[in-house]
Amino acid sequence: MSLAHDFNHQPTSQDEVVLSARHIAKSFGNTHALKMVNFDIHRGQVTTLFGENGAGKSTLMKILSGVITPTSGDIILDGESVVFHNANEARAKGISIIHQELSLAPNLNVRDNIFMGREIIRNGQVDFAEEERQTRLLMEELEEDIDPLMPLEELRLGQQQIIEIARAISQNSRILIMDEPTSALSAAEVEVLFKVIRDLTSKGVSIVYISHHLEEALEITDHAVVLRDGVMTAYAPRRDIDLEWIVRNMVGENFDLGTPPQGYDFGDTALAVKDLVIADPKGGHYNVVDKLSLEVKAGEIVCVYGLMGAGRSEFMECAAGRLKPKSGYILLGDQDISTLSVGQRIQSGLALVPEDRQKDGLVQTMSVGENLSLASIGEFAKGLLTPRSAENKLIKDSIKSVTVKTSGPEAAIGSLSGGNQQKVVIGKMLATGPKVLLLDEPSRGIDIGAKAEVFKLLAEKAKEGLAVIYSTSEVAECLSIAHRIIVMHKGKISAQFDSNVSKEQIMAASGEAVTH
Amino acid sequence: MSATAKTQPAPHVPVKKEKLDIGRLLLEGRAFFALIAIIIFFSFMSPHYFSVNNFLIMSSHVAIFGLLAIGMLLVILNGGIDLSVGSTLGLCGVFAGFLMQGVNLEFLGITLYPSLWVVVLLTCGLGAAVGIVNGVLIAHFKVPAFVATLGTMYVARGIALLMTNGLTYNQLAGKPELGNTGFEWLGFNRLAGVPISVLVLIAVALLCGLMLSRTAFGRWLYASGGNETAADLSGVPIKRVKIVVYMLSGICAALAGLVLSSQLTSAGPTAGTTYELTAIAAVVIGGAALTGGRGTVRGTILGALVIGYLSDGLVIIGVSAYWQTVFTGTVIVLAVLLNSLQYGSSGKSR
Repeated sequence: MSLAHDFNHQPTSQDEVVLSARHIAKSFGNTHALKMVNFDIHRGQVTTLFGENGAGKSTLMKILSGVITPTSGDIILDGESVVFHNANEARAKGISIIHQELSLAPNLNVRDNIFMGREIIRNGQVDFAEEERQTRLLMEELEEDIDPLMPLEELRLGQQQIIEIARAISQNSRILIMDEPTSALSAAEVEVLFKVIRDLTSKGVSIVYISHHLEEALEITDHAVVLRDGVMTAYAPRRDIDLEWIVRNMVGENFDLGTPPQGYDFGDTALAVKDLVIADPKGGHYNVVDKLSLEVKAGEIVCVYGLMGAGRSEFMECAAGRLKPKSGYILLGDQDISTLSVGQRIQSGLALVPEDRQKDGLVQTMSVGENLSLASIGEFAKGLLTPRSAENKLIKDSIKSVTVKTSGPEAAIGSLSGGNQQKVVIGKMLATGPKVLLLDEPSRGIDIGAKAEVFKLLAEKAKEGLAVIYSTSEVAECLSIAHRIIVMHKGKISAQFDSNVSKEQIMAASGEAVTH
Repeated sequence: MSATAKTQPAPHVPVKKEKLDIGRLLLEGRAFFALIAIIIFFSFMSPHYFSVNNFLIMSSHVAIFGLLAIGMLLVILNGGIDLSVGSTLGLCGVFAGFLMQGVNLEFLGITLYPSLWVVVLLTCGLGAAVGIVNGVLIAHFKVPAFVATLGTMYVARGIALLMTNGLTYNQLAGKPELGNTGFEWLGFNRLAGVPISVLVLIAVALLCGLMLSRTAFGRWLYASGGNETAADLSGVPIKRVKIVVYMLSGICAALAGLVLSSQLTSAGPTAGTTYELTAIAAVVIGGAALTGGRGTVRGTILGALVIGYLSDGLVIIGVSAYWQTVFTGTVIVLAVLLNSLQYGSSGKSR
């Protein structure tokens, strides 16, 4: 044991430390992603890393798992200083990472996925029987009833996550790093995942957990480490912390997601949905949205809360014209827009900010400015050619009004942070001059500071008469700027509340178990 | 070539405000530097290469591939591919030849001899029709572009063969008393010393360059090639864009067919076989990404010039046709390698 370094950042705990990172620094050119970070992983316990986007969480995890090497600093594993040159070396020492995006082959079955790249060979052939036996054992260990010969693509996302974990365990991982493992899981699947995590820790496996979902992470964690701008700002065991402590250390100040804008009257009904029924777009024999009726007035902010699969996204996509309803109709003001195309609906004044901004929101090959003007360029193209000056003015105004931090309109869209990319998507739709703005999970994957800015922007626009409908799966976000909260459960509205509701009431109405 | 190199600056190229990076400059201007290198090399190898007349002759060869390549560029920007352009070229050439022979309407007992401009318009219309078939198949019936255009490639070639029974139309000159002369004008005449075919290419290049950089349609094309769902959700009429793109590609192929049969003074049903591959090569050498959303007319014209000047240069210095194929192939693979280098590094920008 040669831990001759100081521990002034982090109180020594009596628990056994498996891995400790000391004075880790990493720079990319002039950017200092990590500055002198100390980090301990305790045997058989969960350590959660909190931090906004760009705080350096992923960089630190990539260093611990050998994906990248630190500029300076030491990694001490079981009291010995180690250097990982690549992920395989770290894996050989028992450190595995499960990335946010699953690295599984959907066309192969469970067994082949678990043994992908390290097949058991006997007499020059793959020993499928042995692989299957081991897979079965793994599934029993994880108490998951999954057939090893089941094609992966037939499993639910949560089960696929379990397979990814099973693969890590089968490589005798002692330290398992999970980057946002719950971002695509339903509440029930999260419970299963947490049970697996508890099983693993009881067997001595150490878990490093990263999540934007603070409430959820608090439920499972034993230790919390907070990073901000590449610096470790706080460290504490679970018993000493609460949600407010995390948020305070993440953003560095008392922060709040805003309150419903007041001091003005709502206008006429801007959007009316009547008896909307949407069949399962994946071909299932049920309706993802079932007889939904909803009215939103100009200037009103409505929050749609619900779990994954509650029908929120389908409702929004249908309103925007991307999905065809089975029955029912949608009125924008007095105009029936049920049969219009996406483009016609945008022209009439209804715009959607989609949930997945990378996949559905942005064109990665175009610049910030071109993304901002994309939805409105057809509008102001008078004659044949688009007037450059008009477009540049629109882009400049948009960048200012939604406060995008960018080096200029020509910057590549990929150079922006997640929060700023989201602002570009919102700015693009606002540039079309909508009367109704739908936002599907506008806060997904953006940090808490950017969230507050997005909500502030929406509140301002509502004051100017925009009807805003946003969906979320975080209760804290319901209780921010929304005048009215609608809870969806299995395609139906299960409850409506005004802004004085409590978190527990919302969660109960969504069919979610109240855990606090 | 100086005129064609002056098309609008690429809208997607990020403006670099830092000091110029030589490696980056070489990478982004690779088609241009390759062209310069080819010209210098062959000028040393042959005294006949570096002359205005030779450049004009070579450029008139480039015109055919250049026209096809511009149409192909539009399709590739959209994230598709058009394998039918070579066959469309052949079909349109034969169709033009057929019209020049006179259309015999037996039930009326008359023979129509359409004038040259009618022939040109009808031929372009046929090219557009083939393109629309492609576009509708791909946009509305969700047939993969590769398969749909592979099918039309066979069908168009087959119809061209059926129309002539496998023979070639040679009487394209027309007769003064019928008022349909002038077909050779496209392929042979010159305006201010520049072959008409080159002028056609320049005009098409300028129009397409303008369309891509300055019209809403151009932006829609880049957007739907870069991310179709995002474009759709932004109100871009992605299906219409797609159909128009294939239609334009068909018209470009028809123009190329007219120029080629005029240059050859004959219209054969097998003209343009495998030309689609040369067109794709020119687009790729010009720096466009086969995944869509990236590429410029300027680059594509440079790509067409690289291929044309290289193969004509090899002919002039007497390298065998077999070696020409090897060289062309090597240039294409090199170009794709450099493409992945360029987009691979810029895609990971943080």
